Amino acid sequence: MDEKMVLRMEHVTMQFGGVVAVNDLSLDVPEGKIVALIGPNGAGKTTAFNCITGVYQPTNGRVEFMGQTMICSHPTGKMKKTYLGSEAQTYVNQKIVNPTPDHVVELGIARTFQNIRLWKSMTVFENVLVAKHMRAKQNVFSASTRANAHEEARMREETMALLKEQGLEQYKDEIATSLPYGLQRRLEIARALATEPKLLLLDEPAAGMNPQETQELAQYIQVIRDTHHLTVFLIEHHMDLVMKISDYIYVIDFGSEIARGVPKEVQSNKRVIEAYLGVSEDA
Amino acid sequence: MLQKNEKKAVTLRTMLAIMVLLLLVILLENISSWIPGMPAIFAPTSQLFTVLKKGAVYSLVAVSMNLLNGFTGLFSLGQAGFMLLGAYTYAILTVPMAAKDQVYYLYGGSAVKFSLVDLFQSLFGSAGFGGAVSMICAVLVGIVCAGLVAALFAALIGTPVLRLKSDYLAIATLGFAEILRAIFQWQTLGPITNGANMLKSFPTFADFNIKNAAGQVVLRLSTFVPFLLSIFCIGVIVLLIHSSYGRAFKAIRDDEVAAEAMGISLFKHKMLSFVISSFFSGVGGALFAMYVSNAQAKAFTSTMTYEILLIVVIGGIGSISGSVIGTFLYVACSEWWLRFLDAETYIGSFKVPLLRSGFRMVVFSIVIMIIVLFFSQGIMGEKELTWAGIGGLLKKLKPKKKAASAGKEG
Repeated sequence: MDEKMVLRMEHVTMQFGGVVAVNDLSLDVPEGKIVALIGPNGAGKTTAFNCITGVYQPTNGRVEFMGQTMICSHPTGKMKKTYLGSEAQTYVNQKIVNPTPDHVVELGIARTFQNIRLWKSMTVFENVLVAKHMRAKQNVFSASTRANAHEEARMREETMALLKEQGLEQYKDEIATSLPYGLQRRLEIARALATEPKLLLLDEPAAGMNPQETQELAQYIQVIRDTHHLTVFLIEHHMDLVMKISDYIYVIDFGSEIARGVPKEVQSNKRVIEAYLGVSEDA
Repeated sequence: MLQKNEKKAVTLRTMLAIMVLLLLVILLENISSWIPGMPAIFAPTSQLFTVLKKGAVYSLVAVSMNLLNGFTGLFSLGQAGFMLLGAYTYAILTVPMAAKDQVYYLYGGSAVKFSLVDLFQSLFGSAGFGGAVSMICAVLVGIVCAGLVAALFAALIGTPVLRLKSDYLAIATLGFAEILRAIFQWQTLGPITNGANMLKSFPTFADFNIKNAAGQVVLRLSTFVPFLLSIFCIGVIVLLIHSSYGRAFKAIRDDEVAAEAMGISLFKHKMLSFVISSFFSGVGGALFAMYVSNAQAKAFTSTMTYEILLIVVIGGIGSISGSVIGTFLYVACSEWWLRFLDAETYIGSFKVPLLRSGFRMVVFSIVIMIIVLFFSQGIMGEKELTWAGIGGLLKKLKPKKKAASAGKEG
């Protein structure tokens, strides 16, 4: 493959106690593409996201971002004996790399949440402005003595521009959580974009949306990918949305990959249909 | 552009209001000596000035606690401990050399062989104007050191303690404060902390009253000084809260997971808030020592922390102006307005039932329970007192005017 991979997961396994939530998941996300991770409820999609973003330390496996090892882990302590996954020996001699979520964001991975997590006491404008905090060149003294007025003005300008771009400017002084559901989703994406990411992780962006809103979202995702030069990796339940915009699809069930391919291939894959529709006992 | 001008106007108005407030305080303090025959309430020994001084000191501590509890969402109960550190640092550094033998008489003098007061007096002289300058310098440097020591301890315990969440953090910080109180009363540290005895003879608010050659007070500034220092420190905290860092703190309070997912380092920002809050608690502790003219470990009990927590809750968690208003209300009630409940009162030969020493606290507890049960938002909730808000209030009830509160605008 001559394509440049933005994200590469290798043998990622996440085990909670005796439950393997993600099992030996390996996948590639090429630059500039929209890649989807689908699967039935409880398949481990969000857990996979949490392993990438540093919320969980995977039990085993490696995650590479822009060609650099971002996360690397192998079973330690009690998990050595209770580990149920595979590839236990592959990473034993490698150094454990376990960044906190804010480091992952700093590297250039931003995310949204399945259940919207906006800051409820803040306005729409402030919600986006706070996400600009990380990249601002300032310290606590320059900020509280207003020596960073220039930087602050730049942050506000950029925030305003971003809100305009996302069509949220008329709501800028409203409390974020008072917006309609669809706009809250859009605001969450705007907030993620404010961290200037290279890779955007969307966790069920169409959840709770009607067909019309889903339609708009599909276009919207493609537009922001182009205007912000992003790579998009998303989890989704709405099959029509996934089939329409994805360049490549990974399907997981019970934590393990069951299929991968372009939308057409996945659609006709027998195991995928079984996973989604169930399989009858006597089949 | 319009917005910018408006902002400037608000800043200007706030500065003016603060200046007017400070002038009012000076006027209030001195009116009894300038105009004879004023009511007893304006006498320098009146309860009014106790309330104003204590209110100024406590509002700083309340605001610093609010920065941590209300704005960053860290439920810490170590305030009294950091105040203790501040009070002792200030006292140890500023007890004059001449007074040391007398203060530390049980331990045969102090182990700290210098005093900021003497240090600056050797620079600027000890009499007249030079004396005043050296005292101001000594006090200011002492206060800054007080804050720095408190901040240093906060940084030291922050690493383990800030990993804890909610109630556990409260218990750990409360324990830290209690340990400090015990250590500072420890006999072995006597040459430094004077053991369980009090430190005194250091510069207090009363030393800022300007006296003439005969030793008579010409201009009283003993209430003005705590107001000035407190307003300055609260001003710094307000600037911080309205900066990018303040917004990051609020993001952590609202949703830690989202804050971290937007690149805000939880540890760094929690530590920052903890250290800054402790710095100002330390400064508040130094001011408290100046207010009571002594420093004694047994004054900084957990009851003091609860008192401040109460003020924060009454004023509104997450509101600076609420904390300030809450402080003055609380202090006025506990030191002044509800005092009559503690006195045995006779109307003719009829003894009013219930009124006896300690009854004030009963009434107080009931009031607090009512507030917590029915007005859990406090006076201000999360809102701030703003010019627009005051304007709206004035329009609503035209005849009533409240100029004094304008100075404490956020």
